[in-house]
Amino acid sequence: MFSGRWALLKAVSGGTWRDHPGRLVLAVLGIALGVALGVAVHLINASAVSEFDLAVRSLAGEADLVIRGPRSGFSEALYARIARRPEVRAASPAVEIEVQLPGRSETIKILGLDPFRAAQVQPHLLAGSREAVFELLKPDAVLISRAAADHLGLKAGDLLRMQIGVDTIAFRIAALLPAGATRQRLAVMDVANAQWRFGWLGQLHRIDVKLAPGTTTAAFQKAIEREIPPGVLIAAPQAEAERGASLSRAYRTNLDMLALVTLFTGAFLVFSTQFLAITRRRAQLALLRVLGLTRARLFRWIVLEGAVIGVCGSALGVVIGCALAQFGVERLGGDLGAGYFGTVTPGLSFDSGVLFIFFVLGVAFAITGAALPALGAARRAPALALKAGDEEAVLQRLTGWPGLLFIASGLALSQAPATDGLPLWGYLSIAFLLTGAILVMPRLAEFVLSRLPLLRYPPAALASAQLQATPRQVGVSLAAILASFSLMVSMLVMVGSFRDSLATWLDGMLPADLYVRAGSLGVTGYFTPREQTLIKNIAGVRDATFIRTQNVFLRSDRPPVALLARPLAPGKSHPALPFEGATRLVTSRGPPPAWLSEVAADLLGVTTGALIEIPIANTKHTFIVAGIWRDYARQNGAIAIERTRYVALTGDERANEAAVYLDPSAATDEVSTRLRAAFGNAEGLEIASTRELKRSSLAIFDRTFAVTYVLEIAAVVIGLFGVSASFSAQALARRREFGVLRHIGMTRREIAAMLGCEGLVVGGLGVLVGLALGWVISLILIHVINRQSFHWSMDMYLPWQALALLAAALVIAAGVTAVLSARRAMTGDVTRAVREDW
Amino acid sequence: MIRDSRTKLSTRRRLLALLASLPAGYTRSAERKQTLPRITNNESRITPFAQVVSGYRLRFPQDEGSHPAFRTEWWYITGWLETSARAQMGFQITFFRARTGIDEENPSPFAPRQIIIAHTALSDTSRGSLLNDQRIARVALGLAGAEEGRTHVWIDDWSLEQDGAAYGARIAARDFILDLRFTPSQLPLLQGQHGLSAKGPRPESASYYYSIPHLKVGGALAHAGTRFSVGGSAWLDHEWSSSYMDERATGWDWIGINLDDGGALMAFRMRDAAGATFWAGGAFRDARGVRHAFEPSGVEFLPVRLWRSPRTGTSYPVAWRVRAGPIELMIEPLMDDQESDTRASVGAVYWEGAVRATHEKKPVGRGYLELTGYGQPLRL
Repeated sequence: MFSGRWALLKAVSGGTWRDHPGRLVLAVLGIALGVALGVAVHLINASAVSEFDLAVRSLAGEADLVIRGPRSGFSEALYARIARRPEVRAASPAVEIEVQLPGRSETIKILGLDPFRAAQVQPHLLAGSREAVFELLKPDAVLISRAAADHLGLKAGDLLRMQIGVDTIAFRIAALLPAGATRQRLAVMDVANAQWRFGWLGQLHRIDVKLAPGTTTAAFQKAIEREIPPGVLIAAPQAEAERGASLSRAYRTNLDMLALVTLFTGAFLVFSTQFLAITRRRAQLALLRVLGLTRARLFRWIVLEGAVIGVCGSALGVVIGCALAQFGVERLGGDLGAGYFGTVTPGLSFDSGVLFIFFVLGVAFAITGAALPALGAARRAPALALKAGDEEAVLQRLTGWPGLLFIASGLALSQAPATDGLPLWGYLSIAFLLTGAILVMPRLAEFVLSRLPLLRYPPAALASAQLQATPRQVGVSLAAILASFSLMVSMLVMVGSFRDSLATWLDGMLPADLYVRAGSLGVTGYFTPREQTLIKNIAGVRDATFIRTQNVFLRSDRPPVALLARPLAPGKSHPALPFEGATRLVTSRGPPPAWLSEVAADLLGVTTGALIEIPIANTKHTFIVAGIWRDYARQNGAIAIERTRYVALTGDERANEAAVYLDPSAATDEVSTRLRAAFGNAEGLEIASTRELKRSSLAIFDRTFAVTYVLEIAAVVIGLFGVSASFSAQALARRREFGVLRHIGMTRREIAAMLGCEGLVVGGLGVLVGLALGWVISLILIHVINRQSFHWSMDMYLPWQALALLAAALVIAAGVTAVLSARRAMTGDVTRAVREDW
Repeated sequence: MIRDSRTKLSTRRRLLALLASLPAGYTRSAERKQTLPRITNNESRITPFAQVVSGYRLRFPQDEGSHPAFRTEWWYITGWLETSARAQMGFQITFFRARTGIDEENPSPFAPRQIIIAHTALSDTSRGSLLNDQRIARVALGLAGAEEGRTHVWIDDWSLEQDGAAYGARIAARDFILDLRFTPSQLPLLQGQHGLSAKGPRPESASYYYSIPHLKVGGALAHAGTRFSVGGSAWLDHEWSSSYMDERATGWDWIGINLDDGGALMAFRMRDAAGATFWAGGAFRDARGVRHAFEPSGVEFLPVRLWRSPRTGTSYPVAWRVRAGPIELMIEPLMDDQESDTRASVGAVYWEGAVRATHEKKPVGRGYLELTGYGQPLRL
């Protein structure tokens, strides 16, 4: 008897799956897509982060502690003092600079080492290249890593050309670093050469310290606390790696969350597929119950079906995910084009543990998706289920007031602050809102549909009546539309707002006509005071202001903050910056003003009027926060101070960038040409008009968000699968109804029109609620998630056109899907369809 | 050597050869560079190296200090230690200074104009092989240096320093610590012609070279977890030059022996690719203080016994009959295995260790023997 029942079950399952392989494939694909995206995002992130970690470790070698200064460095005398201490077994000094490669829009990291000291602390860096070390002492020699050699297409003996000021200097690649040294793109030269050639005489950027046995890092840190000048950090290499990884943490979390949303949508697809399958087999399943199949067994069987879908989908997803990750890393880089891990070339490592977790996650989501309808089917009394018109009842327990509770909690959670720098409550808030909306939807549908006017056109009238009679089934279709459309709307609004705010911000940041840089990247591109005068005196130039960019460490667990020395705006008491809120007038007697970017203000936890200490030139200086400005360019924060003050504090009169204002009569091109000529057509000079800068900035923005778009589209596609599945379920369930309608004289066309109307109404309702929900979610994305993740604000911008277009497309798609899914139900013998009601 | 500062060092000559090749290599690259475009300000001018010239009279203590204008220089102390328990050990402490000829115009204090290399070894008979350690650093910020005018050369906490009439050395090696004081009992012994020691037939191949034999050793040795008070006798060599090596040399044999009667003997020979002696030299100061310098023909090294290294398979003549003028000595090692294998670092394998000298089977002195170029000819 037992085996007989299994056989029956198998026959039931096999039958429906054989008849509708497309649906099965869709369900499998839905899970696969979610798992694949999760796997890919995770693998790429994990590789990038571990690669970054590896890069940090490979530089620090066996060091117990790393002493690190800001871009302006610290005095080499500190090295001499540290190296002499009895607790220090070995200390390796280094100059560390990013140098622009002429003719390429990228930099290379130069590490100026003392190879003899490095041999004690970072032995693997130069291991085995004994001759290379002596070569390295020569003033024209440089060693480059294999990653750099591959990337730049250079080999030992070639010249590596680098930019200093607006000039180019060439170094001879004496040899390649050993294969195991580092996977970073790195060039190593002698510390004395680096100091001399790149203008860092007397300064160092880091000291890697190996302690004598018996000395703890904590004890040593305490002992030398007083020796370390302000703005210089001392930390274990581990902290160094974490500081680097913290850069991209919020970005990574956001991607992980998007992948999770996709997986969630995949589970929803399984839910609708199984719901559809159960509806189809309702009578057969009830018959099995009558024949003696227990509830538990029936439940297990349906869940097993879900598990099979989950296993197939997850397995496929893991494979696709690995392939996607490989592709993503090769084409976009470890940060998926976002620019966090510039000089690191990641290699993927497929951690089987992680792959397994995603596999299990996919299966679990599929089982959950199947369990809900299974529960309903198993609980129905067989006698009731055998009767027609029972479909509505299946859904009863899935809906109700708990939805409102979810929505209320979601709204409350959105007000919670960030946890550990991540907007976890914000994400949970969105999840709650979504769940709540889906749960409330059937009730809402009931409420709205009961107020539908009865139309004259018979198919429309029928549609209206049908919808009013089955509000809960409508709710399932609605939920699918709602989930995908609201997410799509919220992302569109968020990305649109960001892009719009960025464009406005660029206008505020770039008031001049032309921007001239001595190398856009790196730190060795600069204008000397003489060159600054040269720029001012070019014919056609009305005025030019100069900006110096440095960086400072404000907190030991965070990457350095950019320090911008900018001139005041003409006639203003502050520089031209896109301020948020009022700026403060600063008296000449009080501390000098500093203008903080939102990120820097959040980092320090200060607002306008607060006093802050900034370590400049290895001395702490007190500033008053005179204003907070919006900055999308420097994710680690930026502090602007007056350039005259900066020069007074540091004596550094160099500038990285010139903002050039033209005479009204001067032509941009002509002035550019004259500028280039004035610098001897040096390769390092970059001239961009404000228009070009804005365009390229927005292009970079779009590239960064490319991945977001991909994930978003995936979610929408899965959502549409769900819509189609739920329509199909209803259409199938209503075969008898169609039969009856045909019998009483309706044409197929009219029935199709009726279904189309139903689709349009459901679609329209879903889109309207989806728009509202999407708007709420976008508010959370913009003001909670984004603010907490990246610490920058943006103005809400609703891309009405795109939204309207999407909404129309979705409503039409719903109508068309409804018609198409009904076509199958309407084929076949009318008589048999009616007779089906046993 | 770069892999780890503590790995072993080659012989002084091998190392000097390596360092001496630096400026030549640099010049070559500078020539190549001139054909390439747009290189700004990358050349550096080299002040010529000072040359060894005949007629110079060594002055003490001024010439005990560093001579930075010369390409290479070393202070080399070898000797025998006796612990209170009467155990005998050989030890060696060396500081090299090398002027690279590089970056003479670079104002950075890190500019690698001068490099100091230190090497130490301990011959412990109970262990049966050498304990080694080495350091290398550029002269920068006072962390390593060689003082002019008096002996004071150091890398971090390793140092050799003149202290009144005596010298103090403190070397904290990986496996042992030497904290020794060397007190001269005799005047310096000038090698060659008034301290100008010829290293080959060509006149430019020469060095300024003096030795201080019969240094009385006192101090402490920490080794294998124990700190011993030690005594003994040692030999200091101080030599500087800008063109030390004759191009024919593929290896050499050298001895420096403190004779029990107060006499002192230094003898060396340079071997060519065929293993034949193409140059030799040395000096002997007898117990009364009368000095004899030897012509190349006056010095003869005759191998007596070979020892084959189980590690490298190289055979070294570790026992010798050495004839230098009127002197004839049998040389026997304190222990056979005093080989240093530095193929992983500098790339040379050589033998340098403590030896006993006998005459007609009676012990007459103790000193050090150095054997190079036996495994492979030294590349120059």
